[in-house]
Amino acid sequence: MRLVVEARGVHKHFGALHVLKGVDLSVAERELVFVIGPSGSGKSTLLRCLNRLEQPSSGSVVVDGVDILDPRTDINRARQRIGMVFQSFNLYPHMTALGNVALALRKVAGKSRAQADELGRAALARVGLADRAGHKPGELSGGQQQRVAIARAIALEPRVMLFDEPTSALDPELVGSVLGVMRNLRESGMAMVVVSHEMGFARNAADRVVFMDHGVIVEEGTPAAIFESPRQERTRAFIGQIQRH
Amino acid sequence: MSSWDRFVETFFNAKVMAKYLPDIAYGMLVTIELAALVIVSGILAGLALALLRSLGFRAVNLVIVFVVDLFRSLPPLVIIVFIYFGLPSVEVSPSGFVSTWLSLALVLMAFSEEIFWAGITSIAKGQWEAARSTGLSYGQTLMNVVLPQAIRLTIPPLTNRTIAITKGTALGTVVAVSEILGMASSAVSNSYNPSPLTLGAGAYLILFFPMVVLGRWLETRMRWKR
Repeated sequence: MRLVVEARGVHKHFGALHVLKGVDLSVAERELVFVIGPSGSGKSTLLRCLNRLEQPSSGSVVVDGVDILDPRTDINRARQRIGMVFQSFNLYPHMTALGNVALALRKVAGKSRAQADELGRAALARVGLADRAGHKPGELSGGQQQRVAIARAIALEPRVMLFDEPTSALDPELVGSVLGVMRNLRESGMAMVVVSHEMGFARNAADRVVFMDHGVIVEEGTPAAIFESPRQERTRAFIGQIQRH
Repeated sequence: MSSWDRFVETFFNAKVMAKYLPDIAYGMLVTIELAALVIVSGILAGLALALLRSLGFRAVNLVIVFVVDLFRSLPPLVIIVFIYFGLPSVEVSPSGFVSTWLSLALVLMAFSEEIFWAGITSIAKGQWEAARSTGLSYGQTLMNVVLPQAIRLTIPPLTNRTIAITKGTALGTVVAVSEILGMASSAVSNSYNPSPLTLGAGAYLILFFPMVVLGRWLETRMRWKR
């Protein structure tokens, strides 16, 4: 089983704050790893270390065989292989949906405008928004915006997709459409790391659930193991808490 | 002669106006030329400084901030006089036209740098992160994602500031630039009648009134779209 992501001993300090305290995380091809934990546990920071949006203080991160912390690595090239989706969508408001998806195809992947538009339309079709290509983000619902953001990432054909609380900013009735797209993506064999509170999705789509607290991975295992019979007290407390709500 | 007639005779003297109309028209051309040079060079220099500042080199930024604050605090007239009468002492003798252009361009550069900088920093961090996460470089993100949004925000304040500074072309009259006010005042001393000043005021209105209206229109339009 080939590893797409291999993070070893990742530490991250923000000034005096020690946010990640030696985290190991590996993700295999076609694997969906789901990261849960209380807010402030470092799960988003971990995700952002995987594409170097945050520079880890120490440790190593290898994605698709490329050491992304090596200063000699062309990080812009490496990031093409690592798609990322953000809680607040972060679409470019001055461009159409297609413009959002096509920008990196042209500027980073070096496609012509015609090729980029064609690949962009295909990516929008994959998230069910072929008919919204000409719309500006302001004219789309939150769920549609997040699907455009997913299209923007998958258009570059990444080896792994990182999702940072992709449904947290959505109205409840729009969550389903985004999770549906993520499920399709998973079925197509995309390796994924998902930080989210959608426990239902974790149960039936994740291969592995990782529970983080205070900057360390407390426990990891299959969804059934983590949700039904957690071994650690902290995991039990957290699972109990979210299930009560 | 009634006082009304005397007023008209003094400020709206048709004969005097007809005689000096070509002079004022020439002054208008010089003003337009000067204004265009000031606007283009001032705004481009301001944008260049803002882009340079965004690279985040500490020493460079200290210099930029100092220069910008300097030219924001000096009255344009002082800079004009300094360049026109001061530089010849170091063997550089710019003409009145060049002195006025340089001074106003430097002032516009300083103000527009601040406006562009404010625009760039007001773009949410998430825009940078989203673009960088797709592999766009810093420069590509700045040019394709951040700047187009920032410039949109800067257009209304920039238009207003540009109008305010460009009107300063009238200061060129102090260093013998034959722009509108300069032509009008020499016509006044030649004709012993202030009517050319009325013409000059009319010429300024023709040039700047449309700009002011455009500024207002841009301001309301941008506000709706956001």
